Amino acid sequence: MEKPKKVIYLDHAATTAVDPRVMEAMLPYWTERYGNASSIYSLGREAARAMEEARKTVADILNCEPKEIIFTSCGSESDNLAVRGVAFAQQHRGKGNHIITSSIEHHAIGHTCEQLEKYFGFEVTYLPVDKYAMVDPEDVRRAIRDDTVLISVMAANNEVGTIQPIAEIGKIAHEHGIPFHTDAVQAGGTLPLNVDELHVDLLSLSAHKFYGPKGVGVLYVRKGTPLLPIQTGGGHERQRRAGTENVAGIVGLATALKLAYDHAEENNARITALRERLIQGVLERIPEVQLTGHPTQRLPNNASFAFKYIEGESILLNLDMLGICASSGSACTSASLEPSHVLLAMGIPAEEAHGSLRLTLGNENTEEDVDYVLEVLPGIVEKLRMMSPLYQGAR
Amino acid sequence: MEYSELVMEHFMNPRNVGVIENPDGVGKVGNPVCGDMMEIFIKVKDNHIADIKFRTFGCGAAIATSSIATEMVKGKTLEEAEELSNRAVAEALGGLPPIKMHCSNLAADAIHAAIADYRQRLAITSNG
Ligand code: FES
Repeated sequence: MEKPKKVIYLDHAATTAVDPRVMEAMLPYWTERYGNASSIYSLGREAARAMEEARKTVADILNCEPKEIIFTSCGSESDNLAVRGVAFAQQHRGKGNHIITSSIEHHAIGHTCEQLEKYFGFEVTYLPVDKYAMVDPEDVRRAIRDDTVLISVMAANNEVGTIQPIAEIGKIAHEHGIPFHTDAVQAGGTLPLNVDELHVDLLSLSAHKFYGPKGVGVLYVRKGTPLLPIQTGGGHERQRRAGTENVAGIVGLATALKLAYDHAEENNARITALRERLIQGVLERIPEVQLTGHPTQRLPNNASFAFKYIEGESILLNLDMLGICASSGSACTSASLEPSHVLLAMGIPAEEAHGSLRLTLGNENTEEDVDYVLEVLPGIVEKLRMMSPLYQGAR
Repeated sequence: MEYSELVMEHFMNPRNVGVIENPDGVGKVGNPVCGDMMEIFIKVKDNHIADIKFRTFGCGAAIATSSIATEMVKGKTLEEAEELSNRAVAEALGGLPPIKMHCSNLAADAIHAAIADYRQRLAITSNG
């Protein structure tokens, strides 16, 4: 079948292209400045210096000290280190074994908590969300027990884009002296990450979500937070994460994060306008579809929907034929063949979760891209509905 | 995961989509694995499947298998159609990704259900 000429990439929540300026900053660290940051000769010191500069850049954006920044291999590793690292350290100190998290976390948190429950004697409370996928801070307060050792709630949801009341939850956690982690992987690059204003003790980031390279992430850990390293070995990252540092990746991450926050205001404004054009256009042109996630408290780039009577993978394949890249929380698109736990937690019935579509905009998208989607999507939905036994309009 | 060209061709241009008014048999099946649905309508003449239509709510593989399965049995005798297996459907499409093999059950099951429905109706009319 004929391939479309142009690709319209609308899956920036999955990953982004590396910014050429980021690429350029990284390049020398593979071939010329390839030293091991642990070595004492000048080549090694050069790498160490680049890394410390990157650490300072990240720390400035998070409003923390450089030594509170740990570089990791990705967002999932950061989440694992945060949850396991704090949970095990706290358990070891006899603080208890109760964890509070939400029912809409990324699997890096959700499956980690499940494993801690199943094999390590932890108890986990999975907080419910409202129909917009929002956690109620009062639910956090009510769930706190004497033996609660960690609270982890994501900053913004990856599927429906809902922004969580992190600062409020953080205040409650701190009133009770409980470490608070937020998975800010989707929020990184767009939402403010000031760790004091957010009242967080741990925060995860992943470079490839904000035009940095894949394979590098950050875990911020506030001074004094108990943390047992999960990966042991050499003394890298102040004994908290062993392993030779990905110097080029770390330089790339810092460069990308700085670029993102230097331009966050104008980029967010532009992308929010595109998002609204897309959301309004879909709701106006297509019947029996709902916006999923919060109408206003959502990531600037996230437009997600649930279409009745049709299945998400079918929508994605049709869009792909036209060069449009998107994603879905349909059971048929997941490796487990189960619908998105996020949509189900929001109270969306399984068959409607089946018809979910997520379009996430990015820096390179234009109004024309949005208009093209608005031009072709109604026809795709109609075509699939005419094929669906659930759609009465087909009779 | 990638679909073969033939799967994509059937998915984009499915044959025999729709509904038959006053069908001789109807088969409706749901896919317990992922919650999808398919219905098949048949018209029978001289023990042959004279016409067949389907409607499917499901993934690309489910729609493509529905399409090719209806093509495979159209014009065949009921006995031949009853022998259609899930595996034959998947093979006719040049294979399916492993995780999608269960989708090919939908089409064959729905066709078998439609024939069973036809035979049952026939039994009722000839008995009454
Ligand atoms: S119908 Fe759900 S995976 Fe094929």
